[in-house]
Amino acid sequence: MSVLNGIRVIEIANERIAFAGKLLADMGADVILVEPSEGDPSRNYPPFLEDKPGPDRSLYFWHYHTSKRGITLDLDDEDDRNRFLELVVSADVLLESEPIRRLSLLGIDYADLREANPGLLHVAVTPYGRDEPLSDLPTTDLTLMAAGGPPWSCGYDDHSLPPVRGWGNQGYNTACHYAVMSFFTALMHRQATGEGQFIDVSITAALNVTTERASFCWLVDQSTVQRQTGRHAAVQPTDDAQVLCADGCYVNTGVPPRFPHEYARMLAWLSELKLDATDFPELVFIEMGANLDGPIDRTLVGVDDTITAIFSAARQALALVASKMSAYDYFIACQDAGLVAGIIYSPEEAFEDEHFKARGLHVPLHHDDLDMTVTYPGAPFNLPKSPWCISKRAPHLGEHNHEVLGS
Amino acid sequence: MSAALANFRICDFTGQLAGAGATKWLTAFGAEVIRIEDPVREGRWDIMRGGPPFVDERRGINLGGSFNNHNTDKLGITLNLRTGKGKEILTEIIKHSDAVTENFSAGVLEKWGFGYEQLQKIKSDIVYVSNCGFGHVGPYSQYKTWGPLVQAVSGLTFSSSLPGEPPAGWGFSYMDHTGAYYMVIAILAALYHRQRTGEGQWVDLSCTDAAVTLNGPALLDWTVNDRPMRRENSPNSNRSQFARMAPHGIYPCTGNDDWIAIACRDDADWQKLAAAIDAAWTNDYTTLQSRLDRQDKLDAEISSWTEKQDKFLLQNTLRSQNIPVAALQKPQERIDWDPTTNNFGLWPTVEHPEMGNVRVDGLPVHMSKTDWEMNRGGPCLGEHTEEVLINLLGMTTKEVQTLREENVI
Repeated sequence: MSVLNGIRVIEIANERIAFAGKLLADMGADVILVEPSEGDPSRNYPPFLEDKPGPDRSLYFWHYHTSKRGITLDLDDEDDRNRFLELVVSADVLLESEPIRRLSLLGIDYADLREANPGLLHVAVTPYGRDEPLSDLPTTDLTLMAAGGPPWSCGYDDHSLPPVRGWGNQGYNTACHYAVMSFFTALMHRQATGEGQFIDVSITAALNVTTERASFCWLVDQSTVQRQTGRHAAVQPTDDAQVLCADGCYVNTGVPPRFPHEYARMLAWLSELKLDATDFPELVFIEMGANLDGPIDRTLVGVDDTITAIFSAARQALALVASKMSAYDYFIACQDAGLVAGIIYSPEEAFEDEHFKARGLHVPLHHDDLDMTVTYPGAPFNLPKSPWCISKRAPHLGEHNHEVLGS
Repeated sequence: MSAALANFRICDFTGQLAGAGATKWLTAFGAEVIRIEDPVREGRWDIMRGGPPFVDERRGINLGGSFNNHNTDKLGITLNLRTGKGKEILTEIIKHSDAVTENFSAGVLEKWGFGYEQLQKIKSDIVYVSNCGFGHVGPYSQYKTWGPLVQAVSGLTFSSSLPGEPPAGWGFSYMDHTGAYYMVIAILAALYHRQRTGEGQWVDLSCTDAAVTLNGPALLDWTVNDRPMRRENSPNSNRSQFARMAPHGIYPCTGNDDWIAIACRDDADWQKLAAAIDAAWTNDYTTLQSRLDRQDKLDAEISSWTEKQDKFLLQNTLRSQNIPVAALQKPQERIDWDPTTNNFGLWPTVEHPEMGNVRVDGLPVHMSKTDWEMNRGGPCLGEHTEEVLINLLGMTTKEVQTLREENVI
């Protein structure tokens, strides 16, 4: 049985919170997606099955609404609103991202709902928080990310190129992670006391505290990080970390090694690749690294000239080695030698890697409506005693009206 | 103190951000987190300990700014697990704990004699959550990672790029943050399961698994339509991947490295933007299809308009027209000047015995009954050793003194 079996969630359809609903649904909650009669706009988002648009063909919608049931209700209609109220009374959680005053104007905000359902956990996810009028301005994942901070740290050494927003509505995803963390925290309080509560999640606040050094450098010493290609934004520029390999793919060479035996391994590699001091004049520093008495003290990099030269030569040697191999071969050879490195996979290449297959990331799901089996990405983490599970495909519009609402 | 998690005690070995970020959430909601560090290496397994940034010119193991940021309100004790007595004390702490948490490389805790089987013998319903790059099972389980490599191997670095350029990736450890978020969920979900069934369990959380799943729609495009993201002119992550929107990008403004994000969701947004631009070229783009078909040219035209304007003034102008827009904010702008983060209470000040008062990352949520609190900074090395051994394990001051003399703590 999945961990949230027995928990019922009412989700008022909105692309900003769909992922939170999916996480709860895949953990076993009975998530009822409430759409307007015309359907949620994200039913029309590409990509589509076979590239043909249609309300039940959006792969975006498929992904974000697995394991949910779907109903249609017009919250502006009094009869439908009463049905909605009845549903919320039967539920543990209301998950919504409505304009900040809409539900109170309709008489179905937390102040109204808690009377009928004192144990209700009402999770509101809004751009700037429930008390902030800016939350009602139009936004997209892109504008929320720009305001919230992550893109400042992402992009290229060349600052004539724009900062980069990470792919795939990760701004919404981050807010949804916080919504789910908050839900579980409030659930624990309810377990102990029976009390429900109102939870106010701000998307831009979530992004502000998902920027690592950019925030805490400013908070601690008022320094400002600057974006760099393929590596951490930093106050002082750092060395390249990305190398183009012989097969046209990139690797991240990670942090240069610290231990003499790692330098010895690097020497052997250079020799195997027939690279000597004519190709690589800094070879002498690698030899010095191999002859060190103990590991390099990283705090001396940039302070002690010899240590700095050894460290810098190591980075150059790794880049040279990487440029002579395929990205995958370099990744495996480094890791087998105990050196930390990573191949820069595209998402589909990652998905096809045997490691992720072995960990159960390929999850087949039969779509009864199309009589086809679709492979979905599996659990972000799994509870062995109460497993994660995609229990059903995304619902068609109003598919469960009769089942959930009766007539 | 927040009451939400006040009934829980965590025996915590986490460090860096991927682990420490998770237990930071738990303390903010009232859990007692006992952070266990090695006295011999002065807790330096966590590279944040004693590392930059610093509040002033002082340096030292207790003065790391990022460590302070990620470890607010935790109790910090030192315990030498190379010694038999150190192991005995840890065993006693585990008996009094609800969960054991760590983000070491796979197998480290087991080598010390505290793998899941042993933990179960100490406390049969213990919740154990490990968070490591590739997980404890699978072909790469012995491989090492840190945030940027998790992002590289999972596809998240590749996908965050502009066409014709190398991968830009994430200029920070997005997956250290996000790995910590999943770790919070895993800990609380397992504790909830234990409440309902009495069963503990081991959650083998792998940061790269979690990262791969964040590519959801692209993976379905691959498994269903056979369309890879590695193809010509792909990806351009500043464009809209899903809803069909154009323009949709980050454009230059006056000032030093100032930028603005603008998105037009539909023709109505575009008509308002075109009116604000007020130039003949906008007539070439009246339909969504025309804007999507010539998006490079459209972006260039828009850039030539935005680059003469101040980002905040332009933001105000376009906001008044109800067009999705945001100045791309620098750290100082969003932390010191943005009233929305300050009104939300996002940057609380905590008190640290050596660093003084320091602002830290707060939490982006508020709860009406059991809201979070942050008061103390990250613990100094061994700051609460005596307090925990006396109050939790019932030792005497003299016993603690002996342990100190024997280099156990």
